[in-house]
Amino acid sequence: MPIMLEIVTPERLAYAGEVDAVVLPGIDGELGVLPHHAPLVSTLGVGELRYRVGGKEETFAIAGGFLQVRPDKVVVMAETADLAAEIDLEKAQEARREAERALETGFTEGADLSAARAALQQALLRIRVAERRHREGPRHRG
Amino acid sequence: MASQREIRRRIGAVRNIKQITRAMQFVAASKLKRAQDATLASRPYSDKIDEVLADLAAVLGGDEHPLLARREGGKRMVVLITTDRGLAGPLNTNTIRFAAKEITESSGDLAVVTIGRKGRDAMRRARVPLEAHFAGFGDRPSFADVIPLARLVTDAYLGGTFTQVDIIYSHFVSTLTQRPSRVSLLPVQPADDTAAGIPGNQFIFEPNPAAVLEQLLPRYVATRLFQAVLESRASEESSRMVAMKNATENAGDLIDDLTLSYNKVRQSNITREMIEIASGAQAR
Repeated sequence: MPIMLEIVTPERLAYAGEVDAVVLPGIDGELGVLPHHAPLVSTLGVGELRYRVGGKEETFAIAGGFLQVRPDKVVVMAETADLAAEIDLEKAQEARREAERALETGFTEGADLSAARAALQQALLRIRVAERRHREGPRHRG
Repeated sequence: MASQREIRRRIGAVRNIKQITRAMQFVAASKLKRAQDATLASRPYSDKIDEVLADLAAVLGGDEHPLLARREGGKRMVVLITTDRGLAGPLNTNTIRFAAKEITESSGDLAVVTIGRKGRDAMRRARVPLEAHFAGFGDRPSFADVIPLARLVTDAYLGGTFTQVDIIYSHFVSTLTQRPSRVSLLPVQPADDTAAGIPGNQFIFEPNPAAVLEQLLPRYVATRLFQAVLESRASEESSRMVAMKNATENAGDLIDDLTLSYNKVRQSNITREMIEIASGAQAR
């Protein structure tokens, strides 16, 4: 029995559809959700969200999110969610260099520092997700 | 009566204006479509945030977090959202008049944070204390754009100077109707939990309810502001579209009127010349 997955960001509905299983980046490691999971609300880390539908697996890079699980539905609220296939690798690498430069020059304000760190983290994640997809292509499973 | 040449020049000028207002009308129509889509696309997220917040409130009770706590006294902050550009019909006038009413009726100290040049200029003229001004959200505001605004508002509230924060913006009802509106932002008032599917107390909260709330509230504030910004964008373009449509029609009417008087002048000139010729021939 499949479960409904919705990924929403402040700017758009990134994904809505039925899936067989979802793996999410929890705060302390990966978190798998199958149909009939107990009701759960959790914060999410920066990382990869993978879902499987009919033997195929797709990956999203997500950051700054929450998860709400109901027995028939998983809703992911993330500040950003990018489908691996849509990530622009060059742009992500540019963002990474930018963030690294910002960290090197140093900041006096704490808020800016943590923003730069978050930007770096997100750029690295995007690169990781996009590169792996590049190597392996969309994955198929029996 | 004006000369033939003068009238012809005026017709030319009005025709040029008509071309411009017509182009603006079509540009506004296409931007409106985009702004409307953006508003709709942001709704699932904000609905969900509201729902989770309601679930949390059911578990946590009222004053678990400083952003939820009601405090007395202190100043009030009004976040006023207007447009950067003019030629948008009565939109800014209405929003500013609405804000002015709120501000004069409000007792106690108050400061304004403006988004959009029109609101800032009006507040400056009226000598209302400005706390901050944000510009340059552009045609397509992104969520990242409102984060600095959200941080400023949240910090001001947590710092203790302000005890109430409201947003005044233009609510997009339909293409023909935009209503100036006020929504209260802080303290955060969670929606009623009974509306959403599963009661809040049946959820497991990871790592714990307080930690989820801590993460959720700043995003709730940013989402509220983002939605108000998007609504105002859609209002701006629809109001501009209607204003430019009216201007185009008026220009058309004006051209008709001017053409009529042009023809009248032309006819009377011809008649006069004929009389002159006829009387000249008779005199000979």
